[in-house]
Amino acid sequence: MSGYLAGTLAILCINLIFAYGIFVSAAAGQINLGGAGFQAIGAYATGFIAGTLGLPVWFSIPAAATISAFIGFLIAFPVLRTRGVYLVLATFAFGEVVSGFLLHTDTFGGAMGMVVPVHIELWVLMLCAIVVTLLTFYLMATRLGLAMRSINDDEEATVVIGVNVRAVQVAAFTIGGAFTGLSGALYAHNYGFVEAQYFNALLSIYVLLFVLIGGAQTAWGPLAGSLFFTVLPELFRVGGAWRYVIFGVLIVLMMVIRPEGMVTRDLVRKLSPRQWWARRAAVGS
Amino acid sequence: MLLEVSELDVRYGRNHAVKKLSLSVGSDEIVTVLGSNGAGKTSLLRAIQGLCPVASGFVRFDGEDITNMTPPERLRRQLALVPEGRQIALSLTIHENLQMGAYCRTDGNVQRDIDAIYDRFSNLGARRKMPASVLSGGEQQMLAISRALLARPKLMMLDEPSLGLSPLLVERLFELIVSLRKEGIAILLVEQNTHMALEVASRGLVMELGNVVLEGSAAELRDNDKLADAYLGHAN
Repeated sequence: MSGYLAGTLAILCINLIFAYGIFVSAAAGQINLGGAGFQAIGAYATGFIAGTLGLPVWFSIPAAATISAFIGFLIAFPVLRTRGVYLVLATFAFGEVVSGFLLHTDTFGGAMGMVVPVHIELWVLMLCAIVVTLLTFYLMATRLGLAMRSINDDEEATVVIGVNVRAVQVAAFTIGGAFTGLSGALYAHNYGFVEAQYFNALLSIYVLLFVLIGGAQTAWGPLAGSLFFTVLPELFRVGGAWRYVIFGVLIVLMMVIRPEGMVTRDLVRKLSPRQWWARRAAVGS
Repeated sequence: MLLEVSELDVRYGRNHAVKKLSLSVGSDEIVTVLGSNGAGKTSLLRAIQGLCPVASGFVRFDGEDITNMTPPERLRRQLALVPEGRQIALSLTIHENLQMGAYCRTDGNVQRDIDAIYDRFSNLGARRKMPASVLSGGEQQMLAISRALLARPKLMMLDEPSLGLSPLLVERLFELIVSLRKEGIAILLVEQNTHMALEVASRGLVMELGNVVLEGSAAELRDNDKLADAYLGHAN
């Protein structure tokens, strides 16, 4: 495999896990615009544990995801008291606080950034991406997943059947924190270096776009969104400086044509094999 | 009595929605709460289900004080509410909505009960894999009631179930309510369709600005001139 292709695949894996982290809370009706903050926590946690403390990477990466999940759990309580646009702002502020804190803390290298030891192989990234993807699909089919979707549809209608809406939302936010933290840890070991400035507001916006343009209704959406956002800019590389303009226009067009995202629940149903055979049989008879 | 509400007060900030209200529902009867918009009927049901805080008074259900219980605890004691406006999850499939109705149950008979619902409402069964948004208004109301049935209620509270339904569907809805009672489910029915409600109920009470202004058997209320003037209209 060429270095270029391997590099792109690595980014795709990281982006995919990142996107699922944001998707999980979006599926429960909460827009998290602090993705970069959670990713930074994962990246710096593994950098500190594997680098400064010198512990093995098979320990530092899961530990980083756990730390990020725990911080997600803690901030879920104050943040999820807010709704709608205020929730978006609260999560956004959280992301800014995290990167500001890291930028000014010398233990983590401050503005100089931090060197992260141990490069991980591509297969590890791919394995993590596959596991997170399968986990998300599984989650959406469980009782908790149903409750999350029901809350997203109609919170009142969900309270009435005895769902503890707050608990479900906190759980979703925590799982999201774990996934985003994991993506940050993988990022750190893939590039071998992290700096606070990378985890900025633009990154948070980007990952949210992966999810919203891909589609937040089913777990297929973030997959489509990550592919679209990772592969397309590469394809447009021939366009030189214009590639971001082309890309921006495409995003605007997407939002006009398909505001629900590329992959909707309807589309998944139509494409499911059983439905497809049923239609073929109907046409044949 | 299955449900006993005593001296119940519900306040939203300055708004005193329910004032020292008492009512009871026996285990085999339909009781209806009538009144115009803003009388406090919905607040009453929500307070009984635990969806809004009670300022004072108490609620007893099946011999137990449930005043300070959470909604899931009340559902597990088989008290269910079908809220106003057919509140179901529209993007979930019909089957998923029914599964959610059994969210608080821990026994293993949920699938059997869902199959029983499909037998009863064949148009739900035929489209179990479709999102609930494909259903008509009447069918959505059936789904909302079915979803509440999956909590295996001893008492089902219905908040204006006939709202927005065609006369034919209203007729079918009230037939369903009567058959539920025959199956042993007590009903507390909030309605604006006074005429139909008094036809199926054994007792009723009329609320006005949070107070009970009239109370009695359905027959008494039907013959009451004041009620006829205010709610039934002269055509009845």
